[in-house]
Amino acid sequence: MSGRYVGSQSVLFEKPPLILQTASAGGMLEQQGPLGKALDIALSDEMNHEDSWEKAECQMVLGTIRRVIQKSGLNSDQIRYIFAGDLMNQITATGFAMRDISIPFFGVYGACSTMGESMQLAAMAVSGGFADYALAEASSHFCAAEKQFRQPLAYGGQRPLYSTRTVTGSGAVILGREGKAKAKITGITTGRVVDFGIKDANNMGASMAPAAAHTISQHLKDFEENPSAYDRIFTGDLGQYGLQLAKELIEREGFSLEDRLSDCGLVVYDRESQDVHAGGSGCGCSAITLSNYIIPALEEGKFRKVLFVPTGALLSPLSTQQGESVPGIAHALVLEAV
Amino acid sequence: MNMTEQGKQDYRLRVSAVCPQTNLLSGCAKAFLVGGSICVIGQLLLYLYQNAGMDMQTASTWVSVTLIFASAVTTGLGWYDNLGKFAGAGSIIPITGFANGVVASAIEFKKEGFILGLGSKLFTIAGPVILYGLITSSLVGVVYYLVTMLGG
Repeated sequence: MSGRYVGSQSVLFEKPPLILQTASAGGMLEQQGPLGKALDIALSDEMNHEDSWEKAECQMVLGTIRRVIQKSGLNSDQIRYIFAGDLMNQITATGFAMRDISIPFFGVYGACSTMGESMQLAAMAVSGGFADYALAEASSHFCAAEKQFRQPLAYGGQRPLYSTRTVTGSGAVILGREGKAKAKITGITTGRVVDFGIKDANNMGASMAPAAAHTISQHLKDFEENPSAYDRIFTGDLGQYGLQLAKELIEREGFSLEDRLSDCGLVVYDRESQDVHAGGSGCGCSAITLSNYIIPALEEGKFRKVLFVPTGALLSPLSTQQGESVPGIAHALVLEAV
Repeated sequence: MNMTEQGKQDYRLRVSAVCPQTNLLSGCAKAFLVGGSICVIGQLLLYLYQNAGMDMQTASTWVSVTLIFASAVTTGLGWYDNLGKFAGAGSIIPITGFANGVVASAIEFKKEGFILGLGSKLFTIAGPVILYGLITSSLVGVVYYLVTMLGG
């Protein structure tokens, strides 16, 4: 037995899956951001030498996956599964990229929480003995997401101050049972869908904050821990205001967070100098922050133990037009230094 | 966690308090400044065309054509959305905003082809304005007709 479930939503890995390698790609604004220098692949522009944004994202996914395999020194036939997804309808950016990859593929959709979802599944596959190595990946593309979810790019509208900017970027990790590890995954808490009735599709931070608060609180209850067990808790893409709302909800549960709660959307961009309103969002937001900031910090010993909680808003343009509220989801992973 | 209807309602109230709204006063001022400037440019163009010998009707048609052309070009260059970011309704409401909506859609959906992309998506933003604009003007026309009949 390599793991056991604890509490109502969590798994504790007795033999923790190891994070062996990471890779990331990013667009122009991401290159200019605080994590830009650590990107493995820097897109030349939003088109990435292709003739559509969708193809650009597809190539970015393919490039990131190839790069992480290359960096790991593994042969691709040693990797048993890929768990990956993106924001496009029918996750085409990922599915199309997989045409050129021979590894068996599980496509996952968790909106912007996809990196958490794919990593949890990969971790369970590895820990359960179903794979020696598994790869988890997630991506998003600002222009492609705007086109699908919002208005044409050249349209001269105003966006609310509390809106976030979709990150153009992707991140991939290879998990394995053995090898030289950068960090390890000691536990996971899979989130449930939480909907507090926010109908403003621009306010994704507020839509997802209750889901993040629920998953984090449930995680702490399942593991019988306090936030002080963690150097930092990173939500995925709540932005400045969603983060504050989540903090209030968690503290109302009786947990004292002090200044441990951060958001990947505030790490990937510099809100002072970059015009991103409340912060970054999208699958790429938490994926890049994980690969370029959290894992290096665990490797360097800056953090010992981190809770990584990618957050997703499970809306579609159609659901918004039909006046539906925005359900949120959040998945937590315990990442520890080796 | 308090997942009752009351808990959710309290949360939504808290959301309104935490999330900042665009400043109405400065927003209106910017919209007035830019929207007004576009109108002033239109007025100057009208004088220019009239001075060039056009009658009122022809001159005002040419003013519209000039503004639409200018908006289409600046949309294509990626300038108009920056103006919109600053001006809000100030650059959406004038005829230039209408042109921006059409051209932006044309650029964006050209990738899906001329029929199913550009052709069908060209009026995604401007379409409702045309439809309800026509309906409203027809209704106003009917009201005008009735009022003049009764009054006349």
